[in-house]
Amino acid sequence: MAEYLALLSFSDGGWGKVLVAGAFVTISLALCCLPFGLCLGLLSALLIRSKIAVLRIGATIIAGIFRGLPELLTLFIVYNGLQLVLQYCAQLLGYSGSIGINAFFAGVLGLGLVFAAFSSEVWLSAFNTIAIGQYEAADALGLTRLKTFFAIILPQTFRNALPGLSNNWLTLLKDTSLVSTISLVDIMRQTSLAASATRHPMFFYSIAVILYLLFSAITGFILKKIEHRYAIAVKRVAL
Amino acid sequence: MTNYIFNPDLWDRYGGRFLSGFVVTIELVAITFIIGFFLSMIVAVAWTSKNKWVNLPARAYMFLFRGSPLLAQLYLFYYGLGSFTTFWQSAGLWWLFSSAWNCCLIIFSLNTAAYQAEIFRGSLQSVPVGQLEACKALGLSRWTSFTRIWFPQAMILALRPFANEFILMIKASAVASLITIYDVMGVTKLVYSRTYDFQVYLWAAVLYLIIVEVVRQIVGFAERRITRHLRRI
Amino acid sequence: MKSIIATFAIIGSLLYSVAASAQDLIIASEGGYPPFNYVDSNNKLTGFDLDIANALCEKMQVKCKIVAQEWDGMIPGLLAKKFDAVIASMAPSPERLQIVDFTNRYYSTTLAVAVPQNSDIKNLDPKSFAGKNIGAQAGTAQSIYAEDHFVPEGANLKVYPSAVEANSDLRDGRLDAVIQDKYPLVDFIRHDGKDCCKLLGEIEGTSQPISIAIRKNSEDLKRKFNKAIDDIRADGTYKKIEEKYSFSNIY
Repeated sequence: MAEYLALLSFSDGGWGKVLVAGAFVTISLALCCLPFGLCLGLLSALLIRSKIAVLRIGATIIAGIFRGLPELLTLFIVYNGLQLVLQYCAQLLGYSGSIGINAFFAGVLGLGLVFAAFSSEVWLSAFNTIAIGQYEAADALGLTRLKTFFAIILPQTFRNALPGLSNNWLTLLKDTSLVSTISLVDIMRQTSLAASATRHPMFFYSIAVILYLLFSAITGFILKKIEHRYAIAVKRVAL
Repeated sequence: MTNYIFNPDLWDRYGGRFLSGFVVTIELVAITFIIGFFLSMIVAVAWTSKNKWVNLPARAYMFLFRGSPLLAQLYLFYYGLGSFTTFWQSAGLWWLFSSAWNCCLIIFSLNTAAYQAEIFRGSLQSVPVGQLEACKALGLSRWTSFTRIWFPQAMILALRPFANEFILMIKASAVASLITIYDVMGVTKLVYSRTYDFQVYLWAAVLYLIIVEVVRQIVGFAERRITRHLRRI
Repeated sequence: MKSIIATFAIIGSLLYSVAASAQDLIIASEGGYPPFNYVDSNNKLTGFDLDIANALCEKMQVKCKIVAQEWDGMIPGLLAKKFDAVIASMAPSPERLQIVDFTNRYYSTTLAVAVPQNSDIKNLDPKSFAGKNIGAQAGTAQSIYAEDHFVPEGANLKVYPSAVEANSDLRDGRLDAVIQDKYPLVDFIRHDGKDCCKLLGEIEGTSQPISIAIRKNSEDLKRKFNKAIDDIRADGTYKKIEEKYSFSNIY
């Protein structure tokens, strides 16, 4: 028992410090994906509802691609492929230096795109629940379309989308474990390194699972509180 | 230029391997989905039970498998539990851990069962109460009202979520490549390491998208068929 | 609420950006190949490869930045200019030579096979591996060798993201053999594998040089590296590093 506690210590020779650093990477990766994915998801939902065929079809296809590809593949393609594309473009423009996409940025981009693709579905079904009367009333009041959207429609849509979005967030948190395959030292990669260096795989992988469970539980709790706060104004019909 | 996207020569040499990887992925997902389906029925029943000795383990199981990533669960099982070789051999259970395929089957099934149990419970609860009351009024036995009335209607409601879960399983199956399984992702990495040609990843992307789209079309067709009694036309 | 998230986003991306000046030489190594490159408990890359890298940089009088990279992203990262050189015990195989360039060697190695202590495989003839599970790291010269020589005779090749995982599975009894470079395998058997496994032998005719991978058309860098390699061999630095890891005549 003491041996295991020593493995986790924060001093030299113990893995505690680097495990915390890995946990920090996981959380900050997920938090950085969140605003990016939410806004992009909202945007793509609006594009899919658009009357312009090109935008509608394009957005539907792109969202479908990111919903259908395994995250592992998406991350690899974004990490390596984007770099190649950027390099090709740079060469075309005559720039011969190095353009680095670091792994964190690739992770945020890749996971953010996937998050956006899934949350666009959630936003879409949330939009469908807004009664036409809301739009008509806003029109009658003489509000511009922009103001209608941000002041009237979006808050209601957000409330309806919240359960679905919090599910997507939990999925995002778990998908961050895949960035361990693109050299980002998150919880998963760190515990793998520790497990192979110390020959205690069971211990360290259990720590990884416990950390993820902890994060899921804490954020799940916070999200429930937020949902509850937003739902105060709405009386739900009990089925 | 098109050779950047699809080099026919490359396909001649390695296309067969991709197709076998394709078959492996389908096998893996189909088998684990079906095992998970039956397992999740048990878990869903345990979850909705009032007995706390049955309820709590079910909830703990679901929390464990839904709250942690599949990769972490897989590594914990394959490398973590799998490191106790002598213990498992003496217990006669080593065959479970020795093959990567078995480990994948077990963990994927357990994982999908946890998610499917949630879908089950949700759909069972969504069947209108009137249906069950009608069963009682008709004097049907509990078994008959469950298998003939309640379950089929719940399955209609659950079709969409199950289809989603199947698609999520297909995507999650890519992590099997990290423990030596030659699924689409595994074959892609193998071919890439011999050719260093990036387009193999695009082929993998196309293969996965084909699988997902075919599944969605089949499910859409099935849904239209079994809900035709609910449509106006 | 949103501003908090935005702040996190900015701090997060800033914290993890690579800030390297144009003069730095960025060198990548893996970290899963003891004793040549591995990671200690402070997450620092250490090992023979890293010591050689630092010695070469000192001789070339260039400031070097060492980064860790997964093995299967080594060549893509090099091509994409994420780093300028790979010092991770990489061999100049024909497949790799088609897309990247290599310097002169900094050590040589042969392929070797390890088996469990109670294995019934008696020799290195490919036929004796029929029906057996052989492990190797994915995307390495040894996995290609195994595919070309052992798989046609009926062996099952299992590939792993890193060599350490293949060794773990040999120890746990999932594999009947592991094929790897001689020195890391010997190191494994000397330390983690001393109770479970033994070296079956070196494979004849597989002696290969291990060099530094660089992008094609980097003649200047190649010349600098080659000169530095010659320099450290001449002035005894190479021998000192060799002795640190108990190697002898590894060149």
